[in-house]
Amino acid sequence: MNVIETHGLGKRYGRTWALKDAALAIPAGYVVALVGPNGAGKTTLLHMSVGLTRPTTGQVTVLGSEPAGSPAALDQIAFVAQDAPLYKYLSTADMLHLTRNLNRRWDQRRAEGRLKELLIPLNRKVGKLSGGQQAQLALTLALARRPQLLVLDEPLASLDPLARHDFMASLMAAVAEDGLSVVLSSHVIADLERVADYLIVLSHGQVQVAGEVEGLLAGHSTLTGPAAAADDVTERLAVVHASRAGTVAHLLVRNKTAAEPVPPGWEAHPVGLEELVLAYLRAPGAAALPGPVTRATQDSGIRA
Amino acid sequence: MTIDKGTDSAGPADGAGERGQAPAMVFRLDPSSGVPTYLQLVHQVEHAIRLGYLGQGDRLPTVKEVVSSLAINPNTVLKAYRELEHKGLAAGRPGQGTFVQGTPGAVGLPELAALRKTLLVWLRSADVAGLDEAGMVALFTSALRDFHDRRGETPVPGDRDGGRSQAGTSEGVA
Repeated sequence: MNVIETHGLGKRYGRTWALKDAALAIPAGYVVALVGPNGAGKTTLLHMSVGLTRPTTGQVTVLGSEPAGSPAALDQIAFVAQDAPLYKYLSTADMLHLTRNLNRRWDQRRAEGRLKELLIPLNRKVGKLSGGQQAQLALTLALARRPQLLVLDEPLASLDPLARHDFMASLMAAVAEDGLSVVLSSHVIADLERVADYLIVLSHGQVQVAGEVEGLLAGHSTLTGPAAAADDVTERLAVVHASRAGTVAHLLVRNKTAAEPVPPGWEAHPVGLEELVLAYLRAPGAAALPGPVTRATQDSGIRA
Repeated sequence: MTIDKGTDSAGPADGAGERGQAPAMVFRLDPSSGVPTYLQLVHQVEHAIRLGYLGQGDRLPTVKEVVSSLAINPNTVLKAYRELEHKGLAAGRPGQGTFVQGTPGAVGLPELAALRKTLLVWLRSADVAGLDEAGMVALFTSALRDFHDRRGETPVPGDRDGGRSQAGTSEGVA
């Protein structure tokens, strides 16, 4: 089952396309990192997936084949918008009460249990909670709906490092317990490096990379060698990004086959997630998508 | 039963029962090491077993316990535990958790302390001879390689006490 599937999905605001021709098939059971610079189309994609925005072109279905925004889809998806919007003047208990009455599926014991564990008092006004506690409250409200898919838009953006860690830890504990799928967006890749096992890179409204993290990392490597020979290598390999300093060149390449031979005189190193994402963001023409190597990848020899 | 290292090889079920609920170790991560997260977990368990901090029947933290302290993907922990099972070092018991099983080359704490003492003597003499830290490591590594190569030709001398050798030879060394 795919938790989110899109075909030719696009959204235009006025004359600009926020998202264009997006083809995605995100399988269930993953923690998906949706990364890209500000304005890449992350929020637009998420909003269309949860039924908050209508597509200009194409379709999006969720959790098998439910159309996004249909009642069956809404029942099984929880969405936490950026900055965790909550009613600041309600008490925590009233916030639970309100959410319970707005949803068909609700697990009150789960909600109260989580808040107790997190030492968030029920009688405190939401506006008086710390930023970290407000984020945890929003997560609790989402998890108490017992969703199959949890969608979080920039959940860490306004949190300090300790709150980020605690938020991620409690999110991962929920994943371990409930086995739910998670899609979360961020423009800070480092935050997601240890949690994500599926990666989507969006840039300028285009899906540039989509796939399992392990496969993506295994499918790329950095070659270090003489700058004079870089052009020669670039012609034969799918180079995503090249950087040169004096006589040494570093080429981030996508391996076309499982055991791609290293060209003589060059040294191959494994790549990290952040390095991989940055390389693609710097090379807007390159793409790593499921299926055969796309035309864009072959043409992407970036000459620095 | 006397409290003695040699009698440690009581039935695994007994051991687990006595040790109760608390996991026997906590993990930590080194973000700068460049070693994949799941391998860091595997290495820490191996290290703890080798140094005697973890023994047969000790319970490893549950997946939920690990992810709630380290904020990592649960699949990473599952992968590490699968690897430990594959190496014969741990075994999952349905509904109870994952427990330390084999103890490859486990050496008792007193023996370890004695070995450490002789090693310190060696370090001191190397220092007196004018060898710096990197030199000592290089010398040790090369001697270890020689030892390893030579050991491949002759059978390993089995000088462990009876109770222990049953617990962990054939299974542990994969």
